[in-house]
Amino acid sequence: MRKVYLSLVGFSLLCRLNAWSQTKTDTVPFNKTNVSLYKPVPLDPAEKDTTGYRPRQLRVDEVNFVSSYYQQSGDHSAVRGGIGDESVTDLANGLDLNLVWYNQKMHKNTLAIGLGFDYHSAASQAYVSATGASSKTGTRIYPSLDWTVENEKKGGSFGIGAYYSGEYNYQSLGADLHFSQKTADKNGEFTAKFQGYFDRVKLIYPSELIPNTTTSDGGTVVTSASGTILSGDGEHHRAGIPSSPRTTLTAAFSYSQMISSRLQIMFLGDVVTQNGYLSLPFHRVYFANRDTAVVEKLPSSRFKLPLGVRLNYFVGDNIILRSYYRYYQDNWGIKSSTVGIEVPYKVTPFFSISPFYRYYDQSAAKYFAAYGEHTAADQYYTSNYEYSKFQSSFYGVGFRVAPPKGVFGWQGLHELEIRYGHYTQTTGLISDVVSVSLGFK
Amino acid sequence: MINRLKLLLACLALAMLGTSCVHLKEYQKSRLKDSEMALSNRKVEKNELNFQSYREAASGANAGKTGGGCGCN
Repeated sequence: MRKVYLSLVGFSLLCRLNAWSQTKTDTVPFNKTNVSLYKPVPLDPAEKDTTGYRPRQLRVDEVNFVSSYYQQSGDHSAVRGGIGDESVTDLANGLDLNLVWYNQKMHKNTLAIGLGFDYHSAASQAYVSATGASSKTGTRIYPSLDWTVENEKKGGSFGIGAYYSGEYNYQSLGADLHFSQKTADKNGEFTAKFQGYFDRVKLIYPSELIPNTTTSDGGTVVTSASGTILSGDGEHHRAGIPSSPRTTLTAAFSYSQMISSRLQIMFLGDVVTQNGYLSLPFHRVYFANRDTAVVEKLPSSRFKLPLGVRLNYFVGDNIILRSYYRYYQDNWGIKSSTVGIEVPYKVTPFFSISPFYRYYDQSAAKYFAAYGEHTAADQYYTSNYEYSKFQSSFYGVGFRVAPPKGVFGWQGLHELEIRYGHYTQTTGLISDVVSVSLGFK
Repeated sequence: MINRLKLLLACLALAMLGTSCVHLKEYQKSRLKDSEMALSNRKVEKNELNFQSYREAASGANAGKTGGGCGCN
């Protein structure tokens, strides 16, 4: 096996070297006249571009709107220690606006402005309060900004981005720096992206685990889910709920290559480190032989290493195979594999149907145990089934319409995509998601 | 882990092998430039990827976001 493997690597290197040698310019003068049967058709002088002029002014290149409705059911609520209703409904909406202009050096500038808004309802959220009286609903807003400068002649680009996500109990600020470079023959491209997320987790504990009143020098402190109320001098002051930081740093790399006129491949690899408060304060854990809950406790650092491959192949004239594989490992003991396949079938050049299937498998984290199975001797503990051993399947179908005269004859709407997926986990979690994407030009 | 890395390296070697032998001209890339052939997630998948990253422990290596947002519920 080793010999086969080494032969393969060696032969590929040899071919690579051979191909590189062919791309070099010949240094010997060669005066042979070019003979060709091809005769270029002369352009109509009225149409001929003699100025090389390219419009530089700012213009709206594309506007995309994506909306999804997600519905989930299950019986392993992390808020209640791994038992109880975990039904969720979520309506997510996102709008992306791409503005393009050319600078004096004729480099393409793209400014991508995004805004997302989600509204959710979660049965488990009500049980942050022991009686189930907490609010089930919540909202999230997430604007983003990205600026990319591209040198189309040299095939390189550079960009920076910023991101914010805000919900009642969680705030996230992010920034990234990214660049890409195409190979000399423009058949391959390397990209790198460095991201940092600086989050704050509000320390909202389950109601029965909050000390209702404490006395300090400043007076009596009453902590509630809506804020800390100080009442020392007879006056009431509302302070914010304390929060704890969580930092995520990512270096993401990819290399894509056109292999033939029908086949292309991409290799992806991320290196991710997380530090800070990685538990969630309202997740309960019940130890064996104890009726009272404690708050989930996870290590304050995590290292993740996902590696992926995408391979797309155009079969015949109207079938495409889109495939994806990812291997993932982290230092909490989780290993996982993800395999995805999607087969878009082009009914016409402008209308396609795409059935898809995704299979996912993961091992459990070292710190996971089900309800009532942890012991007080455990250093870290969680009953969040996200960290349990399970397999999942996700399958469904998508439709894409992109006629040249616009969807429904409306020139501005150049693309419409609708996609439905059904998701099942071996933990019993089941969900459905339907999404609509509209592309305007 | 080592075996999987070997497998990925072998895939990379295979890709190099393929790329070594074919240099595509622009006119040969029409199929590769089809929007369904893009080596990226579809726009319509954006929210699916979010919920998967919240319900599963693994994330990343899909040219998407790798942080931000709680997904607590």
